[in-house]
Amino acid sequence: MGDMTLAQITENYYDVLKELGNIGAGNAMTALSQMLQCKVDMKVPQVKLLEFSAVGDMMGGEEQIMVGVFLGVEGDITGSMMFMVEEECAKHLIRKITMGMLPEGTEFEEMGLSAMKEVGNIITGAYLNSLSTMTNLKIFSTPPALTVDMAGAILSVPAIQFGILGDKILLIQSQFYDDMELDGYFILIPDMESYAKILTALGLPLV
Amino acid sequence: MGEIIKVGMADIKTCVSPDGVTTLGLGSCVGIAIRDPSTKIGGLAHIMLPDSKAMRNEHLNLAKFADTGIEELVSQMEKLGARRSRMVAKIAGGATMFSFHGSNTAIGQVGQRNVEATKEKLKQLKIPILAEDTGANYGRTVIFYPETGEFHIRAVGRSESVI
Repeated sequence: MGDMTLAQITENYYDVLKELGNIGAGNAMTALSQMLQCKVDMKVPQVKLLEFSAVGDMMGGEEQIMVGVFLGVEGDITGSMMFMVEEECAKHLIRKITMGMLPEGTEFEEMGLSAMKEVGNIITGAYLNSLSTMTNLKIFSTPPALTVDMAGAILSVPAIQFGILGDKILLIQSQFYDDMELDGYFILIPDMESYAKILTALGLPLV
Repeated sequence: MGEIIKVGMADIKTCVSPDGVTTLGLGSCVGIAIRDPSTKIGGLAHIMLPDSKAMRNEHLNLAKFADTGIEELVSQMEKLGARRSRMVAKIAGGATMFSFHGSNTAIGQVGQRNVEATKEKLKQLKIPILAEDTGANYGRTVIFYPETGEFHIRAVGRSESVI
């Protein structure tokens, strides 16, 4: 058990994780739709197991400026969770959620970032809730932290957590639309024991 | 003007002047640039974690850890003809990207631990650190030129610096 790597787990249980990702991201989009009070459509999320070096490329390069919202996960499972959106998408979301109160160009000031943190909190909360419902495990999140920086730098945080387990990172890309196409990324990082707990709870115990 | 060779996350690349090496968007990871001024052979390692000793995986990616990554970079440079006794280093990165209240301190401190492990390893190999730009809470893109030893550092919303 202790010697199991992330690669082995995901080989065996890739479909399960994918399904978790689908449902989780679906719930997150519903929460977003309620918050924005408009219809939000989404494509089927892509679940990807990527080499560290390939992650930045996928998000438009390591230097692409993005907003990352990071939360700790506690309860029956432990780990962390991150939601990332590209700069322009984040500004769009912030303008929507503040209903046009913020003048253009001030989105990343205190008020806007605080709103964005709440967006991140609500949609990751919805994601974790669906995971909790499916597994019957108690899952809580700690208050979110937010940063605006280069994709590579933000991703170093979950990558390091994954790095303890293996050489790849598991992420869920979820494209959604309201009046603009938005690309969001969910990264759930359970620690090793929590992976086993999640899979066992879903009736797929590790051998 | 030479070529600039890209170094990914958990990766090592060497080069010879006029070429340079770069790594984009260093966060809590640390970029270690080493140079032999006589041969102008240089290299850059982008490490993610402080210590390989806790790992039991047989397929260890040496570039992932400060201890094994720095050793591997030095050995690759030596194969190109660089001499360890002449080597000097500059380091950057090790930021704390998110600040938390209370829990998750292990994640918050990994940048700092990476920097400490890097310094410890360089000290052990007797490679002096000429300059550093580490810590704080923002990401860095770095470019290293073994010709001059200049280490260029860019960050979002800040002017480029050279150490």
